[in-house]
Amino acid sequence: MSMQLVTGNHAAGHAFGLAGEANRTARGAVCGIYPITPQTEIVEYVAKFSFSKGAVVPVESEHSAMGVCLGAAMNGARSFTASSSNGLAYMAENVMVASFYRLPIVMAVVNRTLGPPWNIWADQGDSLMFRDFAWIQLYCETSQDVADTSLLAFRLAEDPRIMLPVMVCMDGFIISHTSMEVELAEQEQVDRFLPPCNVPHKLDFDQPKTMGGMTFPQETVAHRHELQEAMGRVPAVFEEHRERFRDVFDRDLAGAVEAYYCEDADTIFVTSGSISTTMRDVIDKRRERGDDKVGMVAIKMFRPFPVDRIRELCAGAKKVGVLDRNCSADRGGIFWQEIRAAMQGGGHPLIQGYLTGVGGCDVIPKTVHEVVDDLLGRSEAGEPVWKGV
Amino acid sequence: MSIEAVPVNFDPDCLLRPGNTNCGGCGMSNGLTMLGRALEDEHYSMVIPACCGIVTAGAYPTTGYNVPVVASTFASSPAFASGVAAVNALNEVDDGGKRHVICWAGDGGTYDIGMATLSAAAERNEDLIYICYDNEIYGNTGGQRSSATPLTARTATTPRGKGEGKKNIIKIMAAHRIPYAATLSIAHPDDFRRKIRQALKIKGFRFFLMHSPCPTGWKTEPAETIELVSLAVRSGIFPLYEVFDGENYRINVEPDGTDPEEYFDKQRRFRGPEMNISSVKRFVEARMKRLKRLESVSEFDAD
Repeated sequence: MSMQLVTGNHAAGHAFGLAGEANRTARGAVCGIYPITPQTEIVEYVAKFSFSKGAVVPVESEHSAMGVCLGAAMNGARSFTASSSNGLAYMAENVMVASFYRLPIVMAVVNRTLGPPWNIWADQGDSLMFRDFAWIQLYCETSQDVADTSLLAFRLAEDPRIMLPVMVCMDGFIISHTSMEVELAEQEQVDRFLPPCNVPHKLDFDQPKTMGGMTFPQETVAHRHELQEAMGRVPAVFEEHRERFRDVFDRDLAGAVEAYYCEDADTIFVTSGSISTTMRDVIDKRRERGDDKVGMVAIKMFRPFPVDRIRELCAGAKKVGVLDRNCSADRGGIFWQEIRAAMQGGGHPLIQGYLTGVGGCDVIPKTVHEVVDDLLGRSEAGEPVWKGV
Repeated sequence: MSIEAVPVNFDPDCLLRPGNTNCGGCGMSNGLTMLGRALEDEHYSMVIPACCGIVTAGAYPTTGYNVPVVASTFASSPAFASGVAAVNALNEVDDGGKRHVICWAGDGGTYDIGMATLSAAAERNEDLIYICYDNEIYGNTGGQRSSATPLTARTATTPRGKGEGKKNIIKIMAAHRIPYAATLSIAHPDDFRRKIRQALKIKGFRFFLMHSPCPTGWKTEPAETIELVSLAVRSGIFPLYEVFDGENYRINVEPDGTDPEEYFDKQRRFRGPEMNISSVKRFVEARMKRLKRLESVSEFDAD
């Protein structure tokens, strides 16, 4: 393991390369790739990687990039790709096939504002539009988190109890393009961490099956029920693999939900992505200089949504503020809506939404202090508060 | 009158299994049978986009196909197949030999929605066989126009006859300089088989266009399907030819001077007043002349 100064894109590309190479003892690795800012470096990294049993197919669109991954995974290979924003929107039809076919594809999503008008900066609206597609979604806080989560994603996706695709998301530019010191994995470690990929329903010449023919409502409802059940198993299986990650890499990786000063906090802020880092810093300052009992719940796992853990952490809070780098027009922040639903029957804190960083607006410590002040001074919840308008 | 039981070919290893629910006189079904026979000793899987070809599989958990099949999204069969082929290439030794990948798609998935994906896979010269069964309409949705629908044909969305001609898909594919492109007719099973076997010897992107009557959409008699495709070849409406490396043309069956009118007369889709048979004849003659000219300047190794 070596410490290197790398970007989030580099961290993801590195993890993908090693994960692909680790499957050389099985059916190899194949990925369809297509560039879009700000994820391009990831697919460039993968294209440059020298696989001993792998192929990179540079296609003509994101729709086909996922198409190649689907065909490859169906034929038993480990498969991965990356996309952002409109590219992800264009890919949408094939994105859902991955989960419907229970294919353990891993996709890095560098979150970028949807357009036009064109805007390349961070906004989670692109990956969040897939929240109902039965993909596991993990939002990373740092480049280290990207490096680690990208590896864990394969183990989680390929676990026979799960067999679902995973999106590893990071804020565009803020994480994808800024460098930090990261402990990058070695091939030998990844070989130990990732068992050979086995897709149990891969193409079988002895027992030929048709994958994806007609199904009637009664089979379809059973299929959707299975997706629901598999999603339900994810939090526990995630923890198992996290344990294994500790064994192999001799350190921890960020959990599905990270609590910060929640034990005695009466005011808790829910964050995701890079905003969590800023919030952690603001909480430190508040705790240092006064008696604001503020804490944070940083969410990495958005699908499945870790309802139990969140309820547990927020049980003692009087107020919960949710910071969203996305906006579902009319319903406001999507994490805010999820938190409101999750807290039903789990205590009655005041829950206030904050739209911070929409369209890539900077969320600097000052922005976060304003959010903290607003919630501390509030006696009742209201419409979401916009920052940057 | 006594009804004699007709023996049916119940070969359990055939590609298209007995008991499928395809329409009588379906050109595509005949094509699948011929394809299966041409590939009987080969290991192959198929990628089929949304079209009658996947409906052919029937309802889960049964399947009408005797090989592994993956249903792809409508525009994506060449992309899915590229992924399947890439894994086959990496595992040829472990798999005990070559496994072919066949895309089986209709004209909607080929000429229209899948065009960009098809073009890209051809440009990358992916090692796969693409067969377009061309029934000249969106058959699965009840017969709407596609860009493969011929001039003047009446469809559900061209009630007064289509105002535009058919795309020349072989020319488009040849322009990609793929190693092999050819037309197929279910009225010429020997030529069909020879071309599929020919394609197996070639590595890279191989494209086939198969004329595929749809009695439901064409308003034709199911029993006349083979007669129709035969007339199409004999009259020059659907010439049988092959193109090597995008450059070298070979005509496989010479039209015998049959009047194209015989082909059109059997189809109610061509009965509108907009049908101009003399302009069709001029077009067919000019195209045949052009194909002959291309053949005359083609170069083949002595074989």
